[in-house]
Amino acid sequence: MESRGRLLLLVPLLVVLVAVIGWPLVNTVWLSFTDTRLGGDAGSFIGLNNYIHAFAAPAFRRALFVTALFTIGTVGAEMLIGLGVGLLLDMDLWGRKFLRGLLIVPWALPTVVNAMCWRVMYNPDFGAVDAFFQQIGWIDEYRSWLGDPTTALIAIGLADIWKTFSLVALITLAGLQSVPKDLREAAAIDGAGPFARFRAVTLPVILAPLTIACVLRTIEAVKVFDIIWVMTRGGPLDSTKSLSILVYQEAFSFRHAGYGASLAMLSVALTLLLIGAYSRAVKMQKVA
Amino acid sequence: MALFGRSLAAILGLSAMLAFGGAAEAKTTLNALFMAQAGYSESDVRAMTDAYLKDHPDVAVKLEFVPYEQLHDKITLAAGSGEGYDVVLYDVIWPAEFAENKILTDVTDRIDAKTKAEVEDGAWTTVYYKDKAYGMPWSVDSKYLFYNKEMLQKAGIAQPPKTWDELIADAKIIKQRGIVDYPIVWSWSQAEAVICDYAILLQAYGGKFLDDSGKPAFNKGGGLDALKFMANSIKDGVTNPHSTEYLEEDVRGVFSSGKAAFALNWTYMYGMANTNPKESQVVGKVGVVAPPGIAGKNPIGTVNGAMGLGIPESSKSKDAAWDYIKFLSSPAIEAKYAASSPPIWKSFYEEAAKQDRPDKDLMAAEAASFEALSNRPQVPEYQQFSARLQQAIQQALLGKATPEDALNAAASELSN
Repeated sequence: MESRGRLLLLVPLLVVLVAVIGWPLVNTVWLSFTDTRLGGDAGSFIGLNNYIHAFAAPAFRRALFVTALFTIGTVGAEMLIGLGVGLLLDMDLWGRKFLRGLLIVPWALPTVVNAMCWRVMYNPDFGAVDAFFQQIGWIDEYRSWLGDPTTALIAIGLADIWKTFSLVALITLAGLQSVPKDLREAAAIDGAGPFARFRAVTLPVILAPLTIACVLRTIEAVKVFDIIWVMTRGGPLDSTKSLSILVYQEAFSFRHAGYGASLAMLSVALTLLLIGAYSRAVKMQKVA
Repeated sequence: MALFGRSLAAILGLSAMLAFGGAAEAKTTLNALFMAQAGYSESDVRAMTDAYLKDHPDVAVKLEFVPYEQLHDKITLAAGSGEGYDVVLYDVIWPAEFAENKILTDVTDRIDAKTKAEVEDGAWTTVYYKDKAYGMPWSVDSKYLFYNKEMLQKAGIAQPPKTWDELIADAKIIKQRGIVDYPIVWSWSQAEAVICDYAILLQAYGGKFLDDSGKPAFNKGGGLDALKFMANSIKDGVTNPHSTEYLEEDVRGVFSSGKAAFALNWTYMYGMANTNPKESQVVGKVGVVAPPGIAGKNPIGTVNGAMGLGIPESSKSKDAAWDYIKFLSSPAIEAKYAASSPPIWKSFYEEAAKQDRPDKDLMAAEAASFEALSNRPQVPEYQQFSARLQQAIQQALLGKATPEDALNAAASELSN
């Protein structure tokens, strides 16, 4: 009886969830099997054609490649820098409290504001990045970072890393608080060097939270839209057109609601795979 | 008795409430979508609307402003969801798509012959598709050639160039004398902006976007020459190579800070660059003329950048919406805000020509351009057409393909 009462209390929440998440999701799945055009007449059922078309389309493969490159590059760098900074701020440094506080700033900055700041810094005629590189002698003359297909994605990636490495650093710091101090001291007395101490004492404790941070960041990176939209809108030459940008363009600019929905479903499938990895990481943490 | 009196009072009070409630319901609310970028500013539109509401107490207007890049998608999304706006601002390149997909209401019968005759022809292309009108033009605009008078003087150039070849020759002198590193700056980012610059050169070279049967023709003749011109100007070092990441606002930044001698941009840049010291380091040095042509081909190149106001098919207050649109596009209102966006009315330019205005150079550039306005293709799938062409143009500009190969590939893909 009591459990039924609890269930009853959950009903309003479930109704809201079904209305705002469930129904649009079901509708998108249905749309992805039709040739519906936005603003036009309702489309007809065309089976798997949208999906077949997607895998055959160079634009989709290209977007997948751009998304993969962005994800591996940014998440990899964020994990390394975040871990390093987290370890550094755990040490007895002068001004440690202030630096820890400072760490929250890039993370707290809205993505759009961050993207606009970096766009100004990358400006090829007035930007601080060009000025800096020229003064230290790395470049002879100012160059366009966001207008060159070989550097645009890297430039956006750096802006993203600057903003999000601090999340990994904060999670590392939080994890480090539960490393027993006496264990570290005992290891030091036993003659273990800094690297051995890190590997045998520190890493096992922070590995689980780090894994979760890694999976969460990966899911975010696969969905990336806003930072690219503000900085290059997918250009130059589609070199920064991620999956989400492609979905937006197909569904809303070209009004191919059906095809756009199928691309969105493929993106969801990719994210689901990563959520599977996330659940495993959570389980691993429980075991630890 | 007292009870009766109280009941009567209660009934009267209730009826009064119902009556007022009824009156409140009778008030028409218009949802209107505008753009917060170039052209009429947000404060312009709010002031115009306040003026309208003063004389129309029975109407309420809810204003919404979005950046240009979102305008098209907002309109189609609202149509997709079957509700939304009563008045929308839209670009000259969309009427075909909006008409074919029944997104905008046909208002042909609401436009009288007098109005038809008094408005610039170029403005009408914004709203007409297959002889039917889908709104009222609100502004007419084109890109002009802006130049830095002081730099031309230093280089010993007496007159602004009349042809694109002259412009390149002038730019080479300016570069050689070390006046600026890159004399010309353009908006060649992968966006609609690059198509506007390309359209200007395509007209100057006598090219066509589409042939008479609607098949791509930009890969031949003038269309190909235009892209070759663009790519060569980068190779020659006269075009700012950073142009491939620039939109109009970036062009304004470079030109206004005195880092370019020539720039193409819309009307709004003139006031900001030439008269506003907060926005510009070249105040008083800005010259403006209609874009040059090509000797033996066309004396001018232009691009129709007009915008119109339409009523979405789903609107339930079409009469009220039209009344509001008529007010916003009336000659008096347009003349009042002419510094933000050129009016659609011929009479404005006739009057302006008679006066000695401080912006007479701009007026002359507008008059010359509006007589020759060239249109981008009026096809229902314009967004896709433009996206593919943007890609091809950037391929050539970034040296990833020759202009021929880039345009041929785009043309063959778009004809399928």
